[in-house]
Amino acid sequence: MRFVFRRLGFFLLTLWVALTLNFVLPRLMPGNPALSIIGKFRGGISPQAVKVLEEQFGIATHQNLLVQYFDYLRNVATFKFGASLTTQPGVSVGRIVLDAIPWTLGLVGVTTILAFILGTGIGILAGWWRGGRLDSIMPPIFVIMTVIPYFWIGLVLILIFGVKLHVLPYFFSYNFSLTPGLNAAFIGNVAEHAILPAFTLLITTIGVWILTMRNTMITTLAEDYVRMARAKGLPSHRIMLDYAARNAILPNLTGFAMSLGFVVGGAILIEEVFNYQGVGYLLLQAVNNTDYPLMQALFLLITVAVLFAILLSDIATAILDPRTRGAG
Amino acid sequence: MPGDSSPLGSAAPASGTVLEVRDLSVEYLLERGTVLAVDQVSFDLSAGEFLGIVGESGCGKSTLLFAIAQLLVPPAEVTGGSVIFKGRNMVGLTDRELSAVRWRDLSVVMQSAMNALNPVKSIGAQYFDAMRAHGVASKGEIAERSSEVLKMVGIDPVHLKSYPHQLSGGMRQRAMIAMALLFTPDLVIMDEPTSALDVVAQRSLMVQIKELQEQLGFAIIFVTHDMSLVSHFSDRLMVMYGGLVAEFGATRQVFDNPLHPYSIGLLEAFPSIRGPRVPLTGIPGSPPNLANIPPGCRFAPRCPKVMARCEVEPPELYQMDGTLVRCFLHDGGGRADD
Amino acid sequence: MATTQTPPGAGDAGAGAAPGAGPFPQAGPAAAGLPLAGGGSVAGARSMRRMARAITANRKATVGTALLVLFIFIAAFPGLIAPYDPQAEIFPRSKGPSAAHWLGTTSFGQDMFSQVIWGARPVLLIAFGVGLLATIVAMLIGVAAAYLGGAADGTLNVITDVLLVIPLFPLLIIIGSYLHGAGTAVMIAVIAATGWSYTARQLRAQALSLRNRDFLNAAKVRGERPLYIICVEIIPTMTSLLVAAFLTNALYAVLFSSSLQFIGLGDPSVTSWGTMLYWAENNEAFQTGLPLWIIVPGLCIVLLGAAFALLNYAFDEIGNPALRPARSIRRGRAQRAR
Repeated sequence: MRFVFRRLGFFLLTLWVALTLNFVLPRLMPGNPALSIIGKFRGGISPQAVKVLEEQFGIATHQNLLVQYFDYLRNVATFKFGASLTTQPGVSVGRIVLDAIPWTLGLVGVTTILAFILGTGIGILAGWWRGGRLDSIMPPIFVIMTVIPYFWIGLVLILIFGVKLHVLPYFFSYNFSLTPGLNAAFIGNVAEHAILPAFTLLITTIGVWILTMRNTMITTLAEDYVRMARAKGLPSHRIMLDYAARNAILPNLTGFAMSLGFVVGGAILIEEVFNYQGVGYLLLQAVNNTDYPLMQALFLLITVAVLFAILLSDIATAILDPRTRGAG
Repeated sequence: MPGDSSPLGSAAPASGTVLEVRDLSVEYLLERGTVLAVDQVSFDLSAGEFLGIVGESGCGKSTLLFAIAQLLVPPAEVTGGSVIFKGRNMVGLTDRELSAVRWRDLSVVMQSAMNALNPVKSIGAQYFDAMRAHGVASKGEIAERSSEVLKMVGIDPVHLKSYPHQLSGGMRQRAMIAMALLFTPDLVIMDEPTSALDVVAQRSLMVQIKELQEQLGFAIIFVTHDMSLVSHFSDRLMVMYGGLVAEFGATRQVFDNPLHPYSIGLLEAFPSIRGPRVPLTGIPGSPPNLANIPPGCRFAPRCPKVMARCEVEPPELYQMDGTLVRCFLHDGGGRADD
Repeated sequence: MATTQTPPGAGDAGAGAAPGAGPFPQAGPAAAGLPLAGGGSVAGARSMRRMARAITANRKATVGTALLVLFIFIAAFPGLIAPYDPQAEIFPRSKGPSAAHWLGTTSFGQDMFSQVIWGARPVLLIAFGVGLLATIVAMLIGVAAAYLGGAADGTLNVITDVLLVIPLFPLLIIIGSYLHGAGTAVMIAVIAATGWSYTARQLRAQALSLRNRDFLNAAKVRGERPLYIICVEIIPTMTSLLVAAFLTNALYAVLFSSSLQFIGLGDPSVTSWGTMLYWAENNEAFQTGLPLWIIVPGLCIVLLGAAFALLNYAFDEIGNPALRPARSIRRGRAQRAR
């Protein structure tokens, strides 16, 4: 139980740091970014948006920093993120973000889980079947796979399947001539548009899972309890799964949490390359439009999502590893 | 087949030879060369016999043990000899071929139960795995037998639900021993099972092991570096040095009247609690580099009784009043050849 | 994009998971002549020599080193290789490969080949700059945390963990946006300032495992000051993990900086592979029949990244022999066929 409290405390701390970064960063930059926006869009921003902007960036400097800070925190706590400045002027940031979330959840969420499961499975087998040609050539191949920039492989795939072969679509998440609805045609179209981006994300992220699982598997196979399992005459598949893999996967689960950072980065780039209107695409749009309220809200959202995923992997670890329960 | 008169056989009542090890050699095939860890070791083991194997770290005793149980991992490999267990040579058999014999007839107890038990499975689940692997299908039967073995070692069966980290060190070791007895095997191989415990726990565990042995009749090969501990319980004692058998005979004889200078040194290194105070003597120097075996006797560099001959000619195993000893000081009795 | 290093466990489990340098418990007898834990600088020198030998022996390391050397050469002497000024927009636009322009020209009329060659320099500067800077920060924080222990350790840990969890790419995007684009120096500073946490954890874990080694206690007993101990004893022993951390950070820098440049947050006036890709995508390179504009810079990133990753992987194997391809072990066995 204490373990859970400590983790929650850590999450809150991280959230607080993210919020503070959001607050502090623009004020540290040379020249106040908000001023440049307001100057640029003279008259083009609604008064409420200006007010929020002023609060967020401390333009109304007759208030001291600390008061601004608490105002900001209060706003966030009541979900007042302001309105988008330039992407969809006047529309509340919350609404814009909510529209984008399902697309990212679908694409990135599902693909990441798939990559983790497949990657871990392949890694288990790779660690189990050491020796032979497979073991020599596979690791370098996967090592190289892990260094391919997400966006580049997406572009190459677009070149091959989209431009040259005209087999798969690569623009947006569905064909705009269709009206969204829960019908087979629309869903089919969505699925078709998701193939290339999902495949890109899959092949770029799966390498890490395979390699780390293989490595921990090899280390685990040297443990005494695996030798003991052999001594007991247990069948191979049981040793591989119950004794080796179940222990080998534990450090990878915690590593999953840390790799999320890269998954997020990858998601952003892939959405950009495929113009897939998810959260990442939105972030980059916001950057291009210097839509700071939207940018900051998205940063917070991504942070919360990452924390949530870490929480899930912590729960999974607690379930799989009896040593973390009770004793804490 | 060696009979009673063979020096390798035991003088104890032989109701059958359970294990025959002949010229067993084990090498570690490393990239920089091979290391000869076990050099042509031979011995017989009778049913119900307690054999102790002692020696310093690195003398090859644990390697020998794992070689007998066919549990070596690369780069270690059996490179010669045979291990005939209940009439069948185990060297070269696959894991699948060995599984019929494993645990039913031959089980293993390792040094640290914390490392030897799967940390994510309960004790009961690990017993379950072993039993199910050997065809015991009924859950009731498994539960009953599991409780039975735990009670045998003095642990409350409620701990079948516990995980290894929830038990104390001594309890874990006993749980591991209980697991080894699930099928009442003919031979239990033990690799320093008491080393991780404190002195008091060590002794009580040894007593318990001996009691179980007398109760159930299994043979034991017990490897340890603590000569004085095992000598109270073993029938025969084998002293290993540098991968070779240095001395081998009835425990009482070897202990009371050690012949090999190394055995003498070992015994003198363990002070007795009773008796007059004597200064501690160790054995100066370090074990030989088995990657580069020196000519002559491997103990020569450290031997207080070394002779010129020892440095050029490797001694064989010689007989001396029923004890085998690898030392030129005792070559009068003739070689113990097979 | 994460490296092949075993990810450290959450929070408290850190100490046991450190890969890399330091003698590993080999599956072999202690007498096999393996170097055991020794004093700081002596172990440092020995491990450097071992490293050099290991690099030439390991195929991944050789390929990685060759690639890296090639890119360093290109980055150092682009003028020798590139025929034209990369920024000069004087050539016919959007042409395919020809004798005069090996990779063709961009839609601005620049020679693509020259761009690729000159583009190597900023990338390598960022890679080495971040590699060095981030590793130094990670080392200072990691070793200080391990050595100081207690509250200082706790605080540094929390800072490290928070930075580890906060999504770095979005953070970099936001910072980049506030700065209206970042040139090479700024990129180095920003990426190093945010990306040191992963390697700091690994270094702390290893420093922890070293903290209680005998040679450190000996230094303390000698009366050496903590700074001396840290600099002269601890850090040299961690050499190979430091090198691995450098490679990790360099790799991460290459990928992140290229990605930032690709989305337009780099300095568009600097010619680098990332900015080339930015311009290529903005000018619809695929649709206008200039696939090389995208393929070649990306391929260069992949190759440079592969160089770092292969070297890192090779270091993993060198430090932990269990991870090496098992085939070399089998080959040894075949050679010794009896």
